[in-house]
Amino acid sequence: MNVDGMILAGALRRPETTAAYDADAWNALVSIARAEQLLGTVARRLSGIAVPPEIAGILNEARIKAEYQRRAALWEADCARRALANIKGKVVLLKGTAYAAAGLKASEGRHIGDLDIMVARDALPAAEKALVAAGWEWVKPDPYDDAYYRDHMHELPPLIHKDRDRMIDVHHNILPLTAKPKPDAAFMMMQAVPLANGLSIFARVDMVIHSAAHLFADGELDGGLRNLWDIHCLLDEFADDDFWSELHARAVHHGLWVAAHRAARLAHRVYGTEIPSGWRRQHWQDGHYIKRFTARDAWGRGTRPFLRLLFYVRAHWLRMPPLMLARHLWIKWRR
Amino acid sequence: MVALPTTYLRKENAQLIIAPLDAMTVIYHRRSGITHIVADPVPQILASMDAAPATASDIVQRLAVLFDVDDVEVEDIIAARLEEMAELGIVERVRA
Amino acid sequence: MHEFRVQVGPAGFRIGSLWEGPIRTLEELYRDYPTPTITDYSVRLEAVSFLRRFIRPSVAINGDYMLPDAAPLPLAHALLAAEMAMNVQMALGWRRHLLLHASAVEKDGKALIMTGESGSGKSTLSAMLGHMGWRFMGDEFVLLDLVTGEAMPFPRPISLKNDAIAAMQAQVAADRFGPRMRGTPKGDIRHLVPPYKAVQSMGVPARPALLLFPSFGFDAAVRPVAPSEVFARLTQASTNYVALGEAGFHALTGLVKDVPARAIDYRNGDEALALVNQLWDALA
Repeated sequence: MNVDGMILAGALRRPETTAAYDADAWNALVSIARAEQLLGTVARRLSGIAVPPEIAGILNEARIKAEYQRRAALWEADCARRALANIKGKVVLLKGTAYAAAGLKASEGRHIGDLDIMVARDALPAAEKALVAAGWEWVKPDPYDDAYYRDHMHELPPLIHKDRDRMIDVHHNILPLTAKPKPDAAFMMMQAVPLANGLSIFARVDMVIHSAAHLFADGELDGGLRNLWDIHCLLDEFADDDFWSELHARAVHHGLWVAAHRAARLAHRVYGTEIPSGWRRQHWQDGHYIKRFTARDAWGRGTRPFLRLLFYVRAHWLRMPPLMLARHLWIKWRR
Repeated sequence: MVALPTTYLRKENAQLIIAPLDAMTVIYHRRSGITHIVADPVPQILASMDAAPATASDIVQRLAVLFDVDDVEVEDIIAARLEEMAELGIVERVRA
Repeated sequence: MHEFRVQVGPAGFRIGSLWEGPIRTLEELYRDYPTPTITDYSVRLEAVSFLRRFIRPSVAINGDYMLPDAAPLPLAHALLAAEMAMNVQMALGWRRHLLLHASAVEKDGKALIMTGESGSGKSTLSAMLGHMGWRFMGDEFVLLDLVTGEAMPFPRPISLKNDAIAAMQAQVAADRFGPRMRGTPKGDIRHLVPPYKAVQSMGVPARPALLLFPSFGFDAAVRPVAPSEVFARLTQASTNYVALGEAGFHALTGLVKDVPARAIDYRNGDEALALVNQLWDALA
């Protein structure tokens, strides 16, 4: 059987097509969805659809897991809220926790891991101090890594809470300082929308732009299908008459139009997201991205190693100027 | 200037499921999903609290109706337990 | 990939292996067990690297759920690798019951559950009882139903270690044993296929009636264990208590309130069996 990640994309896009699955197809879907951390999302999409009893049990388990992660993520956000109550300016929730706190469709069944928040850059020292006082501790005491984070990244080195064993990433921008696009972090913070509990979330266009920037620029395209599903849900939920022109203008402002446009195009191709007709013209590289996103076999194993390697080198290239990249890889390899 | 005593409240009673086992009581906190194993007088303190803010000394008076609380240090003990519970997010500290 | 599928209690596994040998061994060991079509978890026995497929072959333990620091095992221990990988799937994946790291046997519809550190003898005790009139339910995991509180069997082949191997060989026919694996991280290991009726009735639950915390190597003694201590110890013995949230809390407090618990110390198997029977008879 020749299966890849498209089986997962297909099940999310058209849940009713799973009616034609045999046992091999179900087993492949479950393993690939677990590898992509999308089984909880599959479970949500397939609720109300007739599935074999074994699959019903597996999906029920995935729902329990997603519910646990949602509860733990929101509690962790609340712990951070209490710890950061006295710092100046907004505390913005990012990614999965933001979607859950705002009750967005992207959060339904979604895997949520670490807590990601953003504060103004000049509030960073105060935030760091307040978190350490409330029981968070450094994960990496390595001086090279620490200096690397502080000098070149868009976040503090990760902190972990000593009792709850949960990680927090404190960002002051959505991209590393060394990356080519320079998003206007101050404007994003200004536009962020307060929630009832005092924490904030990004404005809807910034949420999409952050998700798109995260999909391409930050990482090696691991978890691409999951990030792209977020984008699909956000676009689907936010789309109205003003949205698309607002998204275009804001993405241009942040220097992230290429990423936002590509994300929308790929979501359209992989998940059938409705996007403006003028946005749909394919780019020659789109096919490579889709191949990379769907590089899994029926056992959930990563395939297409050469493509992975290409994207790995590219991911570091995007983040760092070439000389710095060589130095970073050298230090990483030497150990 | 004299600092006002800290007040605490139990925001939503339904957030806690309390199961007494023996000298210890287990408490499941729905919002965090965390289970706490606690000893006396924590269950009694929680039972005496509601959505209205109370100080440690208010709680001593409420408990005095039900139990012998002639120990002089009882207010300190209760104040310490309230602080711990506030740290865990079981009760909310109300800023004066 | 060579493939093998097996149903153990409520969980179905799909095991893929780069090598054919481990699959043959698994087929032999699990010959009494049903074969599912759709499986709950996939496990993969893979080469650490392309060269290591041939030179000093080493098995990487992979699957739907993986431990980041699981060390590879030599190919001769592939069976152990498969069992460990299946354990990982249950520990990290299973959410349909409260999962206790414990062994269990059943008599008259009532379950005796034994839990303790590795080396406490809970596995050997369940194997011995399972061959002397009790129904063997499992030596690794006990699954507690979140609604009824009943214990569901998970009767995998029993993993006997070191001295326990000879003790059971004295009682059970040779064709019920898997290959002896020497020099594993836990010493010598040999699997024992549970009695046929234990496998046949692996869908039949039992109501927990007695909870034991055995300790090997001390003078025979019995101590009651306070419910709050039982609760604390069982949260440590459960891999999914926290993740189950409120349902896990109700299942565990229910068990702790309803089922008497004892800690037993013993120096040898006969002593342990005498204590178990004495405590069991006192329940009636």
